[in-house]
Amino acid sequence: MTTNYPKPDNATLLEIFRKASLIKLNDERIIKQMMSGKLVMPYYSPRGQEIIPSAISVNLADDDYICTIYRGIHDMLAKGFPLGELWAELAGKVTGTCKGKGGPMHLTCPEKGMMVTTGIVGSSMPIATGLGWAAKLDGKNRVSVANFGDGAANIGAFHESLNMAALWKLPVIFVCQNNLYAEHTSQAYSRVIEKISDRAAAYGMPGVTVNGNDPDEMYGAAKVAIDRARAGEGPTLIEAMSFRFNGHLLGEAGHYMDKELYAEAQKKDPMPILRARLISEGIVSEEEVAAIEADINRQIDEALAAALAADFPEAAELKRDVFAEEIA
Amino acid sequence: MTEATTQKMTVIEAINLALHEAMEADPKVLVLGEEVGDEQEGGVMGVTKGLSTKFGKDRVKSTPISEQAIIGAAIGASVGGYKPVAEIMLMNFVTVAMDMITNHAAKLRFMSGGQTNVPIVIRTMTGAGFSTGGQHSDYLEAWFAHTAGIKVVAPSNPEDAYGLMRAAINDPDPVLFIENLPTYWTPMPVNKQIVPIGKARVSREGSDVTVIGHSLMIVHALGVAEKLASEGISVEVIDLRTISPWDRETVLASARKTGRALVVHEAVKQFGIGAEIASVINEELWGQLKAPVKRLGAAFAPVPFSKPLETAFVPQPADIESAIRVLMA
Repeated sequence: MTTNYPKPDNATLLEIFRKASLIKLNDERIIKQMMSGKLVMPYYSPRGQEIIPSAISVNLADDDYICTIYRGIHDMLAKGFPLGELWAELAGKVTGTCKGKGGPMHLTCPEKGMMVTTGIVGSSMPIATGLGWAAKLDGKNRVSVANFGDGAANIGAFHESLNMAALWKLPVIFVCQNNLYAEHTSQAYSRVIEKISDRAAAYGMPGVTVNGNDPDEMYGAAKVAIDRARAGEGPTLIEAMSFRFNGHLLGEAGHYMDKELYAEAQKKDPMPILRARLISEGIVSEEEVAAIEADINRQIDEALAAALAADFPEAAELKRDVFAEEIA
Repeated sequence: MTEATTQKMTVIEAINLALHEAMEADPKVLVLGEEVGDEQEGGVMGVTKGLSTKFGKDRVKSTPISEQAIIGAAIGASVGGYKPVAEIMLMNFVTVAMDMITNHAAKLRFMSGGQTNVPIVIRTMTGAGFSTGGQHSDYLEAWFAHTAGIKVVAPSNPEDAYGLMRAAINDPDPVLFIENLPTYWTPMPVNKQIVPIGKARVSREGSDVTVIGHSLMIVHALGVAEKLASEGISVEVIDLRTISPWDRETVLASARKTGRALVVHEAVKQFGIGAEIASVINEELWGQLKAPVKRLGAAFAPVPFSKPLETAFVPQPADIESAIRVLMA
């Protein structure tokens, strides 16, 4: 199946690695800050799922839309979320992208096409469908990407959205990031069929299951779906298989996870694999990779320092942005 | 709207006209919902008749029966720069889309720190009186008035239906537009003008007692006021028109003047909007009132089917009349 997919060239592969490294290093820094008590928030770590949005986003422009969910910081970073405003938002500061009113579960940055982050399982899909309708009406070949998890494929909104997007031939790419668990429930307890992508047939759209941790396969599947959407041929469902290394919510015990499965997934951690591959294929040197990582860490340092130094929003913010007009 | 054209029309015709004019004036205005297209007869009550023929099927979309996707599509299109008017056929069906409405439409502006907004109108219809039972005639306005970020309007006559629809489409925030089934077909003169959201109408001036309500209850209250006038009881009737944010100024000014207030709605009385309005009147006018504020609302039960039960369930003109007599006693 993968042999038919277009492959990323070396420059694109390196760009995927840059994005994925930013996601990984940013995640490590968030966890460090939370452990030291400097950052207090509910955190749904995307560690392990870095490749998926990185390989999708290299096919997207700033004005393409994405919607994502509470575990969505990787989707946002891959699409180009400004790091300073991200950290300020995580810290609940007025300089955050949402003025500290949204937090990690509601990250938004319309100028980069990041329209909605929802904390409700499944709710990214109906809204991304509407953005697809807007994109189609605009006639500018824009696409709309709906990110969601395997758990969300069992909620009604999934079925309503796929049906409507197919019926109206909307430029929507439904990306199911299948990390094998819906909160603490493994897939075996959630559905009978093996592949979520099989459900695409019920709505008359292409559905594929790919290894989301493989940059070639993920890039190729995303490119085919995005090109198809831009050409006016309608939506695609992509099921991207992956694994989350930090469980559902950071700090949980994780007893529900199969230890062997976890150990097996760790052996296949996509980040060291891609790093080693880029070096072994001579795309970059060890020194160049180290320089990329050092540069990312420096950007995170700056964003973090600015976020910690910034002010919290004042209480008057409660009256603003409820409606366009400030509440008296 | 400067045209001073007055013509007789029904609520259905008035909303239909407002939609036509809004779609004509702004290519960003869209319509979607179950059966809204002309091939499906222009809506279950014909409110959207003619729109799909005139403005095309890209802008006027008949949808599958998928309330979450209807409201989600409206939200997404609005975040993408459009102004969708979504129809949810009956107010009870709104419950199927509650996540989209209360967690998303109402909250995106605040949660994004003002970066996004959701200028959608959700049209829906309801009202007891046709024996449609427990899942086809509820008034659920209090649920939405209790949610920050969404406006709630409910016209009682064709003129306000026209003017509120134009205002709702222009509004930069989500508006729930509640249409009343029993008052759909009564032709009345319409002076075409935008009705500002948040502004009540003094439907009848009076000096002895204030009756506050919306939708069908205004029709009832006006009838009772006319009857009591012959006995020398002067009733002022305030049509809220906008339930949230409600017009405190007009309501308090009237209650201050008359010293007696009755709040009446078709929704269940317990925890209804009457409780909020009555308590604000008490908070603001304590000591100036001649009698405790009274409330009327439906019984604490699902809407019943059997005709006599249904009649007993919702406030009738006779109930309004006796409540006024108690206030005057």
